[in-house]
Amino acid sequence: MDRFLEWLKRVDIPTLIIFLFLIALFVLAAFTKVSIPSLLSDSIRRIGMNGVLVLAMVPTIRVGTGPNFGLPVGIIGGLLGALISMQLGLAGFTGFWVAILFAILICLGIGLGYGWLLERVRGQEMMVGTYMGYSVVAFMSIMWLMLPFKNPDMIWAIGGKGLRYTLALDKYFAHILNNFLKFKIGGFEFPTGLLLFFAGACFLVHLFFRTRTGLAIDLVGQNERYAISSGVNPNKARLIAVVLSNVLAGVGIIVYAQSYGFLQLYQAPLFMTFPAVASILIGGASIKRANIRNVIVGTAIFQTLLTIALPVLSQVTRGDITEVMRLIVSNGMILYALTRTPKEAR
Amino acid sequence: MRYTLEMRNISKSFYGNQVLKNVNIAVAAGEVHGLVGENGAGKTTLMNILFGMPVIHSTGGFEGEILINNERVNIDSPRKAMEYGIGMVHQEFMLIPGFTVTENIKLNREITKDNLLSKVFGKSMRTLDFPAMRKEARQAISTIGMSIEELAVVAGLPVAHKQFVEIAREIDKKSLKILVLDEPTAVLSETEAERLLDTIRYLAGKGVAILFISHRLSEVLKVSDRITILRDGAVVDSKPSSSFTVSEIAEKMVGRKLENVVLPPRKKEPSDEDIIMSIRNLKVYMPGEMVKDFSIDVRRGEILGIGGLAGHGKLGVANGIAGMFPAEGQVYLEGKPYKLNDPSYALRNNVVYLSEDRRGVGLLLDESVEMNIAATAIEAFGQFIKKYLFMTVYDRRKIREHALEMIKKLDIRCKSPTQVVRRLSGGNQQKVCLARAFTLNPKILFVSEPTRGIDVGAKKLVLDHLVNMNREHGITIVMTSSELAELRSICDRIAIVAEGKLSAILSPKASDAEFGLAMAGELQEVLQHG
Repeated sequence: MDRFLEWLKRVDIPTLIIFLFLIALFVLAAFTKVSIPSLLSDSIRRIGMNGVLVLAMVPTIRVGTGPNFGLPVGIIGGLLGALISMQLGLAGFTGFWVAILFAILICLGIGLGYGWLLERVRGQEMMVGTYMGYSVVAFMSIMWLMLPFKNPDMIWAIGGKGLRYTLALDKYFAHILNNFLKFKIGGFEFPTGLLLFFAGACFLVHLFFRTRTGLAIDLVGQNERYAISSGVNPNKARLIAVVLSNVLAGVGIIVYAQSYGFLQLYQAPLFMTFPAVASILIGGASIKRANIRNVIVGTAIFQTLLTIALPVLSQVTRGDITEVMRLIVSNGMILYALTRTPKEAR
Repeated sequence: MRYTLEMRNISKSFYGNQVLKNVNIAVAAGEVHGLVGENGAGKTTLMNILFGMPVIHSTGGFEGEILINNERVNIDSPRKAMEYGIGMVHQEFMLIPGFTVTENIKLNREITKDNLLSKVFGKSMRTLDFPAMRKEARQAISTIGMSIEELAVVAGLPVAHKQFVEIAREIDKKSLKILVLDEPTAVLSETEAERLLDTIRYLAGKGVAILFISHRLSEVLKVSDRITILRDGAVVDSKPSSSFTVSEIAEKMVGRKLENVVLPPRKKEPSDEDIIMSIRNLKVYMPGEMVKDFSIDVRRGEILGIGGLAGHGKLGVANGIAGMFPAEGQVYLEGKPYKLNDPSYALRNNVVYLSEDRRGVGLLLDESVEMNIAATAIEAFGQFIKKYLFMTVYDRRKIREHALEMIKKLDIRCKSPTQVVRRLSGGNQQKVCLARAFTLNPKILFVSEPTRGIDVGAKKLVLDHLVNMNREHGITIVMTSSELAELRSICDRIAIVAEGKLSAILSPKASDAEFGLAMAGELQEVLQHG
């Protein structure tokens, strides 16, 4: 019992509240006609789908610049990678890995530029990042029309110029991870490949933070002056963290797209940021500290909540409340985290 | 007897470290009460309590009671203190640099006139009556006998004048009953200090109760009616000043007769022939602690002390060598040129620095004890690492082993190596810093204010560890401290810095007078070695 109380003390209060809410929803689901196995498999799929994007928050939080509100910057890199792979007409695993490869290369470049910009606005990273996301999406909305992609699957059927809003990936790499080693138990479907990829990404990031470079990022985030006195170059550490976050965002959007089956361009990248930020915060991270556990717990709770809330609450309240709830939970969570005072001297 | 101010049984602790124990102090109207004690004896904390400073209340308040004119009062904010007629002249100036002298003196107590807007919108829209304010400011300044232009901007004034503006501001308060002066003469020359003492007497004559805090004992003795001596947070004596002499006060302040602690012998005594680091014309741009032109030779294997008054640059020396603040000058390490402004170069050459700002620079407060000990060694030297798959990661097992060894060796009191450093007491935090430095295998260890904010018992332990590192491992130590007694107890030589320059190198056995003169930069015969 004491152990349990001790453990309870360490759990973040919002995490606990939302977790209890989730349990309540499951109980409610049992009383309605909704099929629980299909809810569960939906949840699991969405966890793997969004996980890498949430993982992209870890490096910037740990280096002390807060959650990466400029997530669309990295997402654009990922989209470009996927588009190049499609233009080359590559399908299946080849298409997927080539997309990832290009995404990483492009994100490295973009990340360096973005990191350089953030260095100019020390202390304002979260706000500037948000605006940077909006600006990049607006700029790319023009570019999607101008870039020389020629594949008929990708461009508008009428007029023959400019990329479509939503690109179907059926012929390319849709569900490629989801279907890898997939198995079914009754109505419950387990997307093994997707979760393996997510787990692998988590493990790599975890390992990275145990290398000297990763430790340097941690030191800068916790106490910049300590880092300097340990011989760390804080500017370089911040740059590396931002680049890493960008690369993860790029990879994350490809994983998301293959699971969703569509590549979404134009305004879509804007709507990825807040849920990702909210997820890691729900997982118990603050805007100064985060670890892999926060990513996994946060993504699991947040995505499960969204999946379950729609069918269950629509039966209870007669109406779609999911979108409203998603907004309340994600924005409320971000607000809570930003206003939370640092815990000093307890 | 009727006292204007009485503080009864005041106790206060910070993070479990008791800094005040049952302190009683009483000041009558018209009395000048001297309060003396070493650095860290608790004077400033006591005054912070009297003034209701937020730092007191955010750390759990204090015990005891404060009475003003025999009435119990609850002072929970500086504003409340002002309402009770308590004025304070601070050690650090609380003036707005961009405002004129008049504006600073009259700040928040401006004289105002009615105008059209104020009749409609109320008092906050009234016009400032500059001529009247000027006149009163002028009056306050001339009371002190100074000739400061009342319309000058404060930013451009010499330090001494700023100090007088602060005092003029307090004098100008009509309701002033109690005036606290916290080391007001520290930045003043002798004649200026003399004038300040006259002002104090004048104010006391008008019935103001005055608490006078100073390190200059002769001044305290000259001006006070009664003197209270604090040592390690407790009152050791409180008597009319006529029954004290300077040396008696000094003795009671320090408490322990400066006995010569017998330090363990060395195999080989340091000598001028074996210089490990020679510093020439060092300039360090550290705000508040500028080093202007500092040269010295550090002998291999010695413990060199650096002392001096606050603000004269003693802290800047170590910060400059370690690369924490911009520095220039010629420095040679074992005869080879040494690169300044590069913390990682310093570490790679085994020049290790422990900051005076332990909580701000020296520690990762929210990280575990073991990580605090090992992080710098991992970064600078790649210690405690192993190959894992295709990456090189740090090795938790090696770190744990090393941390446990250090915890045992330095007797760090913690629950486990994973305990967060913030929860440790000041003394144990300092031991963690020492463990971190030791892990880096230093040739020269620069350690600044190693015993600041640590209780007496732990102080001795920390000093013992330093001596131990020096004797058993041959580490050359350069220790900067504002506590002379501490420097004298373990150092081989003590360099005194005054106004950013080396003023003298003294033996720890030199007399108090020599140290005093050196700190004032007046000791002519500079015994410069090398």
